[in-house]
Amino acid sequence: MREIDVKTVTENIKEMCIEANHFLSDDMKECLTNAVESEKSELGKKVLNSLEENLKIAREDMIPICQDTGMAVIFIKIGQDVHFTGGNLEEAINEGVRRGYIDGFLRKSVVNDPLIRENTKDNTPAIIHYEIVNGDKVTITMAPKGFGSENMSRIFMLKPADGIEGVKNAVLTAVKDAGPNACPPMVIGVGIGGDFEKCAILAKKALTRNVSVHSDIPYVKELEIELLKKINQLSIGPGGLGGTNTAFAVNIETYPTHIAGLPVGINICCHVNRHVTREL
Amino acid sequence: MEKNITAPLIGSEIKELKSGDYVYITGTIYTARDAAHKRMYEALEKGEKLPIDLENNVIYYMGPSPAREGRPIGSAGPTTASRMDKYAPKMLDLGLKGMIGKGKRSEEVKSAIVRNNAVYFAAVGGAGALLSKSIKKSEVIAYDDLGTEAVRKLEVENFPAIVVIDSKGNNLYEMVLQSC
Ligand code: SF4
Repeated sequence: MREIDVKTVTENIKEMCIEANHFLSDDMKECLTNAVESEKSELGKKVLNSLEENLKIAREDMIPICQDTGMAVIFIKIGQDVHFTGGNLEEAINEGVRRGYIDGFLRKSVVNDPLIRENTKDNTPAIIHYEIVNGDKVTITMAPKGFGSENMSRIFMLKPADGIEGVKNAVLTAVKDAGPNACPPMVIGVGIGGDFEKCAILAKKALTRNVSVHSDIPYVKELEIELLKKINQLSIGPGGLGGTNTAFAVNIETYPTHIAGLPVGINICCHVNRHVTREL
Repeated sequence: MEKNITAPLIGSEIKELKSGDYVYITGTIYTARDAAHKRMYEALEKGEKLPIDLENNVIYYMGPSPAREGRPIGSAGPTTASRMDKYAPKMLDLGLKGMIGKGKRSEEVKSAIVRNNAVYFAAVGGAGALLSKSIKKSEVIAYDDLGTEAVRKLEVENFPAIVVIDSKGNNLYEMVLQSC
């Protein structure tokens, strides 16, 4: 049994909120650099150059990459030999978000009730996904999610007979509908299987996977490659202003499902696909 | 084509702007997004005065992140314009000439743009740090309680934007899709 004081969780989450909103991961930066090289549209190239400059200003001047510093999505994997001390874990996570968003000059974008809509003024509560695993480590991924792209996300409850073609159509439909609203070039997280909520969580999780790494299931890898190619042929382009770079990556996760169903969750993310992972 | 324009906008300048033009805006513009639009719309319905004069003005759909010390504003990129579609035609009919946001607009907004000789610009979404550099001054002038959603008056210098829907109703987003 390993004891971890929840204060450690708070401190780390605070730092991760600030880090994620100012520095993109190397795989995302590489996508952007490659896109600047490959983009055929002049306006598209101009947009991509602006995005590179934006990242530079963000990290040098400590200005958030995007003003929508998102809702704080936290994936936390807890080794079953861990015992948290010093307080309640969920409160400690939210305290980390609160401090990160206040001390880090991040935007407070959360309202307390979906219809009454009063700002909570500290960006809490976070959206937290817990997972219990073997061992005595805790792995936390913090992923701020902006809602320009979140709003364009979809769930399709397909029929088994729709098969892989049905999945492709669903993804392409969602991306076409998203168009300029989701700040392309996008990253597309797809969850196939499970049930209604599982496919959505898988899709969100897919967005936190390194975009230069494909699925290790051969047919899924092929599907990722084919979908990315088809999406880029839509010519939505950077900023939706036309061009050859509409998406940077399609990341797909799968899960067993019911004999009667084929759920597909499509979580759309923009080029500001932020996530930071730490192990405690 | 690249163009330098000043805000507030004057009618003749707007006619010259074509979908696809890259413009640099200098002058005074205002911010308002979801909550501020809802409040302004309700004020109009009750016959009350708006906190800003719409005549010839430009509204930037934007809610910034907080400014660090010594800076006028934090990250300041555009938000999705379609959420303001419910309110925009009425504001255009009252004299609003320009909107800066990102993403698609409804047919109703497009008709109101044409009817009123107005224009819809897009700024690059997700470039809030870069765009903040073109904002020299920022002042909350109404609805302070809305936090990031308050109405702000901004002084901008060479603020980069792209004409998406011009005063004739040409729409760049549709043009790029038809060309594929
Ligand atoms: S979709 Fe992404 S890049 Fe665009 S405004 Fe939202 S968080 Fe920023």
